[in-house]
Amino acid sequence: MNFEWVVALRFLREGRFQTALIIGGAAAGVAVVIFITALVNGLQANTLKRVLGTQAHIVIRPSEEVARPQREPATDETLLPRVEARAQRLRSIDQWQPLDQALQAMPHIMAVSPMVSGPGFAVRGDATKSIVLFGVEPDRYNRIVAVEEKLVAGEYRVQAGEAVIGKDLAKDLGLSLGDRFRLVTAETDAPVSDTFTVTGIVDLGVRDLNRRTVFVTLRTAQTLLGLPGGASQLDLKIDDLFEAEDIAQRLEAQTGLTVESWMRTNEQLLAAINAQNITTRTIRGFVIIIVALGIASVLVVWVVQKRREIGILRAIGATRGQVQRVFLLQGAIVALAGSAIGCALAVAMVVVFLNIARNADGSPLFVLTLSPWLFLGAVLGALIGGLLAAAAPARRAAALDPAQAIRM
Amino acid sequence: MATPLLELSDIYKTYGAGTGVEVEVLHGIDFTMQAGEFTALIGPSGSGKSTLLNLIGLLEPPTAGSYRLNGRETTALPEAELTQLRATSIGFVFQFHHLLPAFSATENVLIPGLIGQGPVTRERREAARDVLRAVGLGDRLDYPPRKLSGGQQQRVAIARALSLAPPLVLADEPTGNLDTHSADEIFALMRRFNAERGVAFLIVTHDPRLARRCDRIVELVDGTIAGDRPNTADRGGEHLHAAAAAPPA
Repeated sequence: MNFEWVVALRFLREGRFQTALIIGGAAAGVAVVIFITALVNGLQANTLKRVLGTQAHIVIRPSEEVARPQREPATDETLLPRVEARAQRLRSIDQWQPLDQALQAMPHIMAVSPMVSGPGFAVRGDATKSIVLFGVEPDRYNRIVAVEEKLVAGEYRVQAGEAVIGKDLAKDLGLSLGDRFRLVTAETDAPVSDTFTVTGIVDLGVRDLNRRTVFVTLRTAQTLLGLPGGASQLDLKIDDLFEAEDIAQRLEAQTGLTVESWMRTNEQLLAAINAQNITTRTIRGFVIIIVALGIASVLVVWVVQKRREIGILRAIGATRGQVQRVFLLQGAIVALAGSAIGCALAVAMVVVFLNIARNADGSPLFVLTLSPWLFLGAVLGALIGGLLAAAAPARRAAALDPAQAIRM
Repeated sequence: MATPLLELSDIYKTYGAGTGVEVEVLHGIDFTMQAGEFTALIGPSGSGKSTLLNLIGLLEPPTAGSYRLNGRETTALPEAELTQLRATSIGFVFQFHHLLPAFSATENVLIPGLIGQGPVTRERREAARDVLRAVGLGDRLDYPPRKLSGGQQQRVAIARALSLAPPLVLADEPTGNLDTHSADEIFALMRRFNAERGVAFLIVTHDPRLARRCDRIVELVDGTIAGDRPNTADRGGEHLHAAAAAPPA
């Protein structure tokens, strides 16, 4: 070991009480940073999972029909200046099959699912309920929204004449597996109706959805909603949630269709998440500053206490640089040791937390994941903090006048 | 004639320059010392002895004048080179022994080498132990300073000063804190290294008894050299002290 290491380690050992104190402080800080980050990440992942469990990351719809003022072609004079917004009828995306193919080949897009959805009524006996009809290709849609996981009864099977319905709708209509009901739609010129057998009942986690959702095959919905061969929307799943808006904007520019990401349709949620992120970052920043100040203050005291020894070292040939590095090294060592302990502490805290925070049925309230990057980041942060904290004391130590320091 | 080990000419030292309370401590010192000399620097308190020693030890620069160490002008050297020169050419023995409390006797002796030559090797460790044995601490090699007596600590300090075999050792009141017996032993030790290894010693002391045992006595009064004479006084019995300080066989 070279001079700096030998002396730094020996000084740390000599002042073991102080060393233990600042390592403890650094450890507590690192543990808090890691734990809070894991906690907030876990909470967010949980919230997002719940919200995005029932919706696609990106939805592509036909562009809205816009009414334009009529103009005289020759003079470009506006003839009918007052224009009413058009009522938007249910339409298919033009040429959705080639678009579907193209989307599937794009990077970042994990799954694409065509859908025809529109309003209708579910009728059984005297009861009529307003519903939203979702016509899907079951396997493809399952990759967008995991309907199969949300089954409470029956199976996720939708073939001609079969339907999977929300659990509150089932209750409202008194339907159970194998029962039949009628669907009526009014999108076409004359109302269309057909009879379906309930093959599955799902809990989508949102009351409103549970009361209105009916899944049928794409073809059935096309017929019922008068869009033969059409798809009223394409649902996309992407690999990075928070890229959704960027991808959506790119797609919108490329296709000219209306493309909406979950980030736009859930703006409040996104705002809450951002606020959380800022809060965590602020807390993290303050904790790091506090830890760094702690390290700095102990090192400053150290330098004062060790003045004479620093003077001796300088007198017998240690350079300013060597003395400075001794103290920088001390800062780095306590920061690294502290963050190592802090990482272990954070793991312990997470384990304890997961054992305490449980649902009534004993399953974990939510998942806390500790990524290696989090540890790496915390260790690096502590290291940089430690070095910055040691910089001023180290400079003071290096600047000590050996002649004066010895005389004391 | 060979290049003198030390050559100071017209050295001035002023403290507090620019603060309005300037104090001139040294007023034009001319001083030369040859390799292998054993010189006492005496004088009343406040006469500038320690300041002169610090200048010679390259711990602080003179305000004006020329200082050549081994023929090399030092006054214009940058800090890094001064440190280097100090490490290789000068050993220090201070009044309060100034050992590093966190290191054992052997480690204290090893530190100058650790600073200048990098990680400790087996040979250097053995050499350090040899020097400690030579100062009579063969049975205390791994003791921390707090478990050594004042005289023993000062022996470690001498061993440390000699560890890189510098041509010059500066000692500031090396026996000032010791009882008479230990003081005699330390002094004899220095004389022995002077005789055996040709190391020059410049020793600041208050003790006329010890000064009388040096080869040359320089007296500093009020920042000027008031006397500089070879010591012809009887130094009888010195060899006895040297024998007493030798390590037990």
